[in-house]
Amino acid sequence: MQIGIFSVGDVTPDPTTGKTPSEHERIEAMTQIALKAEEVGLDVFATGEHHNPPFVPSAPTTHLAFIAAKTERLLLSTATTLITTTDPVRIAEDYAFLQHLSGGRVDLMMGRGNTGPVYPWFGKDIRDGIKLAVESYHLLRKLWREPVVTWQGQFRTPLQGFTSTPAPLDGTPPFVWHGSIRSTEIAEQAAYYGDGFFHNNIFWNPEHTAQMVALYRRRFEHYGHGSADQAIVGLGGQAFMAETEAEAKRFFRPYFDNAPVYGHGPSLEEFTAATPLTVGTPEMVIERTLAFADNVGDYQRQLFLMDHAGLPLPVVLEQLEILGKEVVPVLRAEFERRRPAHVPSDPPTHASLVAAGPEAPHHLVEPARARAEALAQESAQESAQEGAQQ
Amino acid sequence: MTRRIVVVSAGLSVPSSTRLLADQLADAVSAQVTARGEAVAYDVIELRELAADLASFMTTGGMPTPALARARELVSAADGLIAVTPVFSASYSGLFKMFFDALDPGTSETGALNGMPVLIAATAGTARHSLVLDFAMRPLFTYLRAVVVPTGVFAATEDFGASGLTERVARAAAELANLVVAESDHVAGFAPDLTAARRRTDGRRRTDGNGVAAEVTPFESLLRGHAG
Repeated sequence: MQIGIFSVGDVTPDPTTGKTPSEHERIEAMTQIALKAEEVGLDVFATGEHHNPPFVPSAPTTHLAFIAAKTERLLLSTATTLITTTDPVRIAEDYAFLQHLSGGRVDLMMGRGNTGPVYPWFGKDIRDGIKLAVESYHLLRKLWREPVVTWQGQFRTPLQGFTSTPAPLDGTPPFVWHGSIRSTEIAEQAAYYGDGFFHNNIFWNPEHTAQMVALYRRRFEHYGHGSADQAIVGLGGQAFMAETEAEAKRFFRPYFDNAPVYGHGPSLEEFTAATPLTVGTPEMVIERTLAFADNVGDYQRQLFLMDHAGLPLPVVLEQLEILGKEVVPVLRAEFERRRPAHVPSDPPTHASLVAAGPEAPHHLVEPARARAEALAQESAQESAQEGAQQ
Repeated sequence: MTRRIVVVSAGLSVPSSTRLLADQLADAVSAQVTARGEAVAYDVIELRELAADLASFMTTGGMPTPALARARELVSAADGLIAVTPVFSASYSGLFKMFFDALDPGTSETGALNGMPVLIAATAGTARHSLVLDFAMRPLFTYLRAVVVPTGVFAATEDFGASGLTERVARAAAELANLVVAESDHVAGFAPDLTAARRRTDGRRRTDGNGVAAEVTPFESLLRGHAG
């Protein structure tokens, strides 16, 4: 089980002081948060990507490379990489480069989390969102897997004899997740390629998350990557902790009430009842998080959102201490205890993908298609043999 | 087969003239459906009871509360809809609009009100607002691909003490009853009951927006034309 944090990178005023951090302060804070994640023993730091205020993370690989240089074992990821508006050629090259810099401590999560106007700024149309995600990701897979790519699609300048440089570290493309809250097409996409599926989880009711994950698992099995319970699932989570539930609520309430996304709507009590948000003791967070596995099945990655709604940096760092020292060790042990042996504990890492060798399905652009074609060939041969015997 | 009709009332006070009109319409529709040899049952949704749920839905990026999810389910599963609002500032009330904003808009072939027979009605202090029916309510339901009956019912305060309202109520009720009875007008046992799956005889489908669609477009077809 990999446990880590993801950050949206929003610049939000602290509602208790009215003070808004500068972009510089927020970028610095995100770096401090990532370094603290490694220090307290978390596995993953994932950054958002946005190209509009009030968000700062417009250059995720620049930031992740800087963090990589200052850490030893922290896995660097995204939440999410904007597959719709970012040129897949840039993604292929930037993240392959980051693999080389970080010694393979990279994976990515594809997403469509940008608002309407961002699309035209990048020459795209939000109404093509799903098609863009499909076409651009397919090209990205080719760029990482085929030494020379000749390609023509609907949305991008054609490529004639293009080689993406550098090639992925050890000839092994990074593992990819697909994040979606409610688009079934994206769960289907993750299943088709045998990639991971991440559900943000924190803004919606658990029944919805369970349905989305179940769909992905069913289709993962359908495409022959393994049984449904072996599909690679990640979930978001959100917590604020103190020694008592009352103290946690007292401190967090103004941040909750004014938070972007859900502030000025439901009460803290309503929202914690309806969604995975947990405001209380570390024990409560442990209990709530373990229940995620009852909801979606044993899964491989848990990312917590800890630094939003204008929480000041010292508070976030203190929260990470509690998370790393009191919550995560128990979660690791308990998740491990309940996991059946045939279900993977962790998502694929660079090391495990390299160990699987160059013939592994990971190196195919379309493993599901290759598998179907091999099966068809096999049955054709069998019937030919039967014919010869008769 | 019992037809199910949902009554949506956006009245705020108790007692409310909007609800009073809604009840008169429901009674008249009952009489008309019964006269056509069918039974009818009602679910009444008082939007006041969903006010906080709707605010929560709007501020959480569209997460329905359990009560709102139930209302969405009732609406989309219905055979007909009676929608009644008070007139506020030259249009339907904000609460009324919030509810219809919280229904599944769907695609060209789906949606909460896709092909739904609807009777529109409004109340106000003065008859000067009566065009709200045709300038605000009718376009809203047309946009949502509902089938709005020709007669809308407008009741100014004075209409409750005058003749004429009853006749308009009866005419609108007859129009709605025709559509509701025709909706799935086949003899049980001789044709499959497609209404259970919310797939109407005209092939239209209603989706309440709750939960994740059971069917998914296979990836091969999503990828077609995009594989390079």
